[in-house]
Amino acid sequence: MLDDFMARAALAGIGVAVAAAPLGCFVVWRRMAYFGEATAHAAILGVAMALALDISIFAGALFVALIMAWIATQLSGRGYAMDTVLGVLAHSSLAVGLVVVSFLSGIRIDLMAYLFGDILAVSRFDIAIIWGGALLVIALIAWRWAPLLITTLNEELAYASGLNPNREKLILTLSLGVTVAVAIKVVGALLIVAMLVIPAAASRNLARTPETMVMIAGIIGAISALVGLKAAYIFDTPAGPSIVCVASVFFVTLSVIAAFKKKLV
Amino acid sequence: MQLVSVENLSVSYGANTVLRAVDLEIELGEIVTVVGPNGSGKTSLLKAIIGARQPAKGSVKLKPRLKIGYVPQRLNFDSTLPITVERFMRLTGNVDRKLCIPALETAGVPHLLKCQMSELSGGQFQRVLLAGALIKRPEILLLDEATQGLDQPGSAAFYRQIEAVRRDTGCAVLMISHDLHVVMSAADRVICLNGHVCCAGTPAAVASAPEYRELFGAGTGGALALYRHDHDHVHDHNHNHNLNTPEAAE
Repeated sequence: MLDDFMARAALAGIGVAVAAAPLGCFVVWRRMAYFGEATAHAAILGVAMALALDISIFAGALFVALIMAWIATQLSGRGYAMDTVLGVLAHSSLAVGLVVVSFLSGIRIDLMAYLFGDILAVSRFDIAIIWGGALLVIALIAWRWAPLLITTLNEELAYASGLNPNREKLILTLSLGVTVAVAIKVVGALLIVAMLVIPAAASRNLARTPETMVMIAGIIGAISALVGLKAAYIFDTPAGPSIVCVASVFFVTLSVIAAFKKKLV
Repeated sequence: MQLVSVENLSVSYGANTVLRAVDLEIELGEIVTVVGPNGSGKTSLLKAIIGARQPAKGSVKLKPRLKIGYVPQRLNFDSTLPITVERFMRLTGNVDRKLCIPALETAGVPHLLKCQMSELSGGQFQRVLLAGALIKRPEILLLDEATQGLDQPGSAAFYRQIEAVRRDTGCAVLMISHDLHVVMSAADRVICLNGHVCCAGTPAAVASAPEYRELFGAGTGGALALYRHDHDHVHDHNHNHNLNTPEAAE
């Protein structure tokens, strides 16, 4: 079954949806969307470095994504507003990445593949990496689930409960780096945050507990991946953006239904 | 028994020292209130006690394995985080389901157990936060401007509840607040902070201290007297300490 490129693409897409579900919920709850954006854009710089040094794309993207997340954390609260800091970091790292890629003579690189993803070209090895990363993210977040929730609710409350919020935030930063690195081949650097935020936001309309919100986000993400792939195959559209389009349809539909329900009550 | 012992504490943010040479001791069963204008270091003091801020100088000593119940000013989540009152309460303490109702009863809102946190009113929300702190049977309650957003009858009722909790459980209470009059009436001891300890003592002693009057103006003297009256009145008539009584809303 793995000989079929569509089957491999489906497995890769579901893997990303699974990793994105718990992390995406925290991105929504903690308003980290722009933080995710900066990390994802920085990954392009990582891809460029990986190509130049001839090392694994995953390793390069992960390395730069983590550095970027660390810099953003260090710079926050030092004069500029967080969204300004992230705006500077996100776009400069993207620009530097694109410039670095242009210096890489010799290899012809299809940059589009890293900006928008190339899910139809994932190998068995890529799938192993994606699922390895996804399981790592799930394990990390499941392990620190309650402390992460408390830290998200109120940092002082976390301190008073004997936790160290900084350590919990590090878990999220690490998970974000891993998710960006494994998702870059599937949906591309520009649309990773969409896979984080849109299923989680759509899921909010149905969920009554944090746990169900994560599960529903995972299901919405996985269905979006499958339907998006099928649509891309039928209509000959780019796969990554098609997946995000399906997720957006979920979001709009569920939000409209929720709004109507509220009016009726 | 000494629960918290703060010695010569200074707290700095970069080059900016917000708190200098603060000494403070809290014993079991007493209500200590910290008042002070904006930027006087009230929140920094609380943060230093729970370990969220490292002291630049001095020390903060807690009784070993001190059980702290912390009532924050607010929670950061907006309506995007779906969570019920019960789930919230069990989150910090990892406690048994059965303990939720008694804690909510003590806070005066037992009917809210299954509600979503995002659907609560301001007053209900603060009470649920209080219940969340009480469920661990704390030896000390820390309140960080816990009545912000409540109107005066609402916060007066809230502080009466705190007094009732202290009476019933014997825990110590350290609270910081802007609500001078209401808070002063409920405290055993008041600490007036403005970067350092301006004055400290019983509410009456602090209210008549020149440092306090300089900080808050003479007008608060009248307000304090008014609320002291209100406070006495409540003690005479309101024995069930239930918020929903007409007296609480007067």
